[in-house]
Amino acid sequence: MSSTGGLASSAARIEIAQRPRNRPYAEMSSGRMLLCQTGVGIAILAAWQLVSGRLLDNFFISNPVDVGLRLWAWSVSGYIFVHLWVTFYETMAGFVFGSLIGVLLGIWLGVAVFTSRLLNPFLFGFYALPKIALAPLFVLWFGLGMESKIALSTIIVFFLVFFNTYAGVREVDVDLINSVRLMKGTRLHLLRLVIVPSSMGWIFAGLKISVPYALIGAIVGELIASNRGLGFLVQFAGAEFDTTGVFAVLIVIGLLAIGLNFVVDITQRRLERWKIVSH
Amino acid sequence: MIELRALHKTFEKGSEPVEAVRDIDLAIEQGSIVSLIGPSGCGKSTLLHMIAGLYEPTQGMVVYNGKPVVSVNTAVGYMTQKDNLFPWRTVQDNVALPFELAGQPREERRRSAREILKRVGLTGFETRYPSELSGGMRKRASLARMLLYRPETFLLDEPFAALDAQLKLAMHDLLLRLWAADRQTILLVTHDLVEAITLSDRVIVLTQRPARVVLDQPVDLPRPRDVLTVRFTERFKEIYDSLWERLRLEYEEERL
Repeated sequence: MSSTGGLASSAARIEIAQRPRNRPYAEMSSGRMLLCQTGVGIAILAAWQLVSGRLLDNFFISNPVDVGLRLWAWSVSGYIFVHLWVTFYETMAGFVFGSLIGVLLGIWLGVAVFTSRLLNPFLFGFYALPKIALAPLFVLWFGLGMESKIALSTIIVFFLVFFNTYAGVREVDVDLINSVRLMKGTRLHLLRLVIVPSSMGWIFAGLKISVPYALIGAIVGELIASNRGLGFLVQFAGAEFDTTGVFAVLIVIGLLAIGLNFVVDITQRRLERWKIVSH
Repeated sequence: MIELRALHKTFEKGSEPVEAVRDIDLAIEQGSIVSLIGPSGCGKSTLLHMIAGLYEPTQGMVVYNGKPVVSVNTAVGYMTQKDNLFPWRTVQDNVALPFELAGQPREERRRSAREILKRVGLTGFETRYPSELSGGMRKRASLARMLLYRPETFLLDEPFAALDAQLKLAMHDLLLRLWAADRQTILLVTHDLVEAITLSDRVIVLTQRPARVVLDQPVDLPRPRDVLTVRFTERFKEIYDSLWERLRLEYEEERL
């Protein structure tokens, strides 16, 4: 054992000794990497600024200084926050409703074999339909306000969460179910102690991927017909030939998406630490 | 009392039916320990599944305490070959699960879980998760769960197979001591002839698939038995030889 251990560790030592020489950049510390990343960001902005008005018309690509000034002005006046709040609200509402219905229906159909076989073709038919195409219908039904965007976002989230939950419930270990039944567990016990916790990983995976889709649903809904929200703003600026405005809104949308992903990551780490979801 | 009456089980796997159990008639007295021994894959687990009410017999029936088993038999505790621990629960919460189902308060059930875990040598692992345990430790946790909630019948499917020799003896001793106090009916599937004789009142030899009973050997060794020394007695050796003679034929057939 000692001889193989020695060999292995000396081999490892050689590898470690060689690594910095062969791949010095890949092994860079996170702090220095951040510095480099900032450098790349600045370079992109500088290139954009330089190209604008010289190689490409300012009308088409605007420039970072103007975009920055616009964002500043919007922030000071509070104008952007009104629209940001509307889009955020629609996204969250769509996410919450969609995932709630998705989880409940996913569990129900996962358990009720007859019903799931019965509804299978209809669900898949509906799933195959690009949900974005429902937007005009929702505007008709729910009007120009937030409700139609929430509906669109809800239906998109629903399918993602539903299919994941359903798959998770179908994957539950039959032996665990049987062992709880043998220990005199009731149906409610099965649901609470076996089915829900064991599908938690799948359900969370569905929730995770649906966060950006909830945002897409809200924004697409706003693009089609609305008078508030970031989607409306980008549409409005485009119609006014205001490229600076379009870029400013795109940056806000990007920041919102990054923020939402950040929250998802934090939640995932928490759930893993509590063993609700395994890595 | 568990009665198996003309029990058959055939699985319809694809186009070719597989006959797992053929015409088994057995009666297992209340409070006795009975071992089932036979070649791998001969249908022993299928038999236990039918007694637990998890498989429906193709023909014949299982009668438990005078009543036919038609759905899940909650009078039995079943320790399958898999440990069936819940990966998202700590060891103590896994062990205390049957008490949780019965509505016992958390602190109380955890205390009893810790006590039984001590007896199977898992002290210090109460708040770990099953994924952090070795295979043998998981088996012991699974055994602890059954020993804790004391169903009136134990179905044990190779419960000690993953344990090392010393630990196996300790578990045999623990099982016999708990049995002496409670007198459960214990039906044990094993590949270990010494284990079967040490623990049982009867050892039943099954054939290769489809499983049939070929030998029903009473073990008349006096109780209480000392798991360390009983195997060196003259009577033990006689029983061992008579069982081995029959079992050898099954294994030889398997080898061909």
